Amino acid sequence: MSQDVWSAENTTPDEVEAALRGLLRRAHAANDLLAPARVLNLVVVIGAERKDEIAERLSRVGRYHASRTVLCTVHEGRTTLDATAAIHYEEPRNGIGVVLEQVEIEIGPSHLAHLETIVDPVVVSELPTVLWRPGGADEVVDRLLGLTDVILLDSDEHADPASALVRARELLGSAYVVDLAWLRTTPWRERVAASFDPPWRRPALERIAGVSVRHRDSSQACALLWAGWLASRLGWAPAPLGEGPSGAGLAGGATRAEAEVGVRLEPVELRTPGLAGVTVACTDGFALSLDRSPGGLRARRQAPDGEETSWKVLGASRGEGGILGEGVRQALLRDPTYGPALDAARGFCPA
Amino acid sequence: MTAAAAPAQENPLVEGLERLPVHPTVLVIFGATGDLAHRKLLPALYNLAHEGALPERFELVGIARRNQSHDDFRAVARESIERFSRRKPDPDVLEGLLDDMRYLPGSFDDDRVYERLTHTLAEFDDKAGQPLNRVFYLSTAPEFFPIIVGELGKAGLHAAERAETRIVIEKPFGYDLASARRLNAQVLEVFDESQVFRIDHYLGKETVQNLLAFRFANALFEPVWNRNFIDYVQITAAEDIGIGGRAGYYEHAGALRDLVQNHMMQLLALLTMEPPIAFEANRLRDEKLKVLEAIVPPRPEEVANIALRAQYARGVVGGKEVPGYLEEDGVAPGSRTETYAALRLHVSNWRWAGIPFYLRTGKELARKVTEIVVTLKPVPHLALRSTGSVGVQANQIILTLQPDEGVTIQLGAKIPGTGMRIRPVNMEFRYGTSFLSESPEAYERLILDAMRGDATLFTRNDEIEALWGIIDPILTAWREDTTTPIPQYPAGSAGPKEADALLDPGHRWNRL
Repeated sequence: MSQDVWSAENTTPDEVEAALRGLLRRAHAANDLLAPARVLNLVVVIGAERKDEIAERLSRVGRYHASRTVLCTVHEGRTTLDATAAIHYEEPRNGIGVVLEQVEIEIGPSHLAHLETIVDPVVVSELPTVLWRPGGADEVVDRLLGLTDVILLDSDEHADPASALVRARELLGSAYVVDLAWLRTTPWRERVAASFDPPWRRPALERIAGVSVRHRDSSQACALLWAGWLASRLGWAPAPLGEGPSGAGLAGGATRAEAEVGVRLEPVELRTPGLAGVTVACTDGFALSLDRSPGGLRARRQAPDGEETSWKVLGASRGEGGILGEGVRQALLRDPTYGPALDAARGFCPA
Repeated sequence: MTAAAAPAQENPLVEGLERLPVHPTVLVIFGATGDLAHRKLLPALYNLAHEGALPERFELVGIARRNQSHDDFRAVARESIERFSRRKPDPDVLEGLLDDMRYLPGSFDDDRVYERLTHTLAEFDDKAGQPLNRVFYLSTAPEFFPIIVGELGKAGLHAAERAETRIVIEKPFGYDLASARRLNAQVLEVFDESQVFRIDHYLGKETVQNLLAFRFANALFEPVWNRNFIDYVQITAAEDIGIGGRAGYYEHAGALRDLVQNHMMQLLALLTMEPPIAFEANRLRDEKLKVLEAIVPPRPEEVANIALRAQYARGVVGGKEVPGYLEEDGVAPGSRTETYAALRLHVSNWRWAGIPFYLRTGKELARKVTEIVVTLKPVPHLALRSTGSVGVQANQIILTLQPDEGVTIQLGAKIPGTGMRIRPVNMEFRYGTSFLSESPEAYERLILDAMRGDATLFTRNDEIEALWGIIDPILTAWREDTTTPIPQYPAGSAGPKEADALLDPGHRWNRL
């Protein structure tokens, strides 16, 4: 990967933008097969203490890099704006070489009051802009909403899952929201949907008696979203969950037609954020469990007569780098089921 | 033919999912030790497994003549995947995929193979506690297609209780119109058309599907996409390599069968068809068929005027001297097999009447490129003077499929300065700059579609026959002409000069 870099202290956004244009022009003049990627802008605003961690996460998104990444780092006590602009590209061999752009802007707390005037000039205006504020969607997000098309957030990052879901719903009114906690549920949603897809099994969806979700302690929002997805897809009315048995997790239910559906969220030991397993049980004794396993998910099915079968469903773990990359990719798509799932998940939040 | 009941109700859980469920399936690959399985099918299956796209219950059976054990087959499959997968395999996923692979050795006409297969399939159903869908993938030499189809029918494997049975048939589907009709009849004697998936992997390529997006997702082009605005169209599939070690295949195929009858004609159909009502298998294929039927096959006496064949002679490609076709190992002395074919076709319908469509393909040409060039008619009145410049030229829309997928629109623009001098400039769009994601291999998409029963990107029986119907008279004329010298073109050139004779006055081949 080749890289051309420009940097300046005490600079302005206009100078940064001009520098980027200069870098692109010079690269293209040197090799006309180099062309800038034009997919989306990713704006990231973080405190200085998290810069290295976030930069590391961004470097692991694989092929789903934003075409222009603008990383704003806020340093306590800083009053000037310093910036680095860089373009990265593979030397073209048989075709074009796609150029990715990265801008790092170092600012102080005083700049936050007018952050939009710093970010706006350095994003590619005709492209969608994705805003990611690791650590929480606070007032910085509100300030940048005017230039944001998509907000990337992680409901699992918030200490209080209920507040995280409320905030996600608020933001959903202003922009499209890509929630990494929601993306962590994707394989679990896909596999449960597949298990109930054979036509003769679909009627069982109306006989679900209970679901349990096993999740990392810090991923309760993820578990709520998965339960909320099932509730919203199947037309259940969620009720606030209470404390789970022996004080761990949450338990309660939802109403389906006139029947009760039990819902349990159980925290378990898990190294990575997300879900560890789900179980869906029906009134006739049919039950399906999916649990993490090397190289995919371990599926167990119990037939109404009690007979158990188990097998492995193949699929590689995406890892947190992959989840973030997926978040960037999802910014170009629209998932109509997140909003209803979010609403149902909020319905499950303890009162 | 299939006994699965109609869905009792929709599955509300699939809404919003990018990866739709695939019914539990067993895939049986005939010719599992062949080159296609080795390079494409097994790596494609691994990538589907990696992405979690395979059905929740998935079994794979390989069948071939080579006498080897399940473990031997797994070892070969592992090597194929490690070598040809587009991503580095995850060891756990790879082990999971290999663990359950089965191998059945035997001759394709041996009844015992099908007895063992029946037994194996029943075993899988028992293990899964439900009947698995069955997909038979014929990745063998074409002469085995009717044999395998017949044996599957004889063994009663063409249908299953409460599960779907499908058959995927690789290309070439037939050698000419008569053999394609014969094969269709043989296949349809056993399977229903809805069970048959004739593969042309070209249709599984993102670049080819993008043609549909270009035409039917943009209002900009439709108003000019007709005989009133378009002057002529050319489709080029040029290769900068020779036949490699494939003389045995190529001597019997030639450029016309190898690329024109299938890939290039598919491009022509997608380019000229009317908008389908929906992106559904039969809607799309109905429209393709209509436009293919509008291409009137040439009469024998017309062939020399609308088609040209040629062979590459010794020359230099990329600075390296290469032998001529007749000097290649395995090529018969005096072979009349064409390594270059060019055609002029007309689509005789309301939209396209009178517009020539020029197709050309060849090996050992100057450059590897697949592109469609649509040349618009010149402006009706030119008020601008073109003195002192190359002048105003007709607009071109160039759809490049490879190597760099994209769209170029050639426009006239003023040269800076005091005069009103015009020269052509390009407005370029490259897909690679706008989608950072890696495109899946065509076979990944097509295998998944076949398992799902979506035939949109597969060729229907009537379509296959329509394609052969256009090409057949040319093949016949060329076969019967054993005396006219075959034009030669130097390897590394743009092709034979004789190809210019196919062009109408004022038209030209775009530079490679």
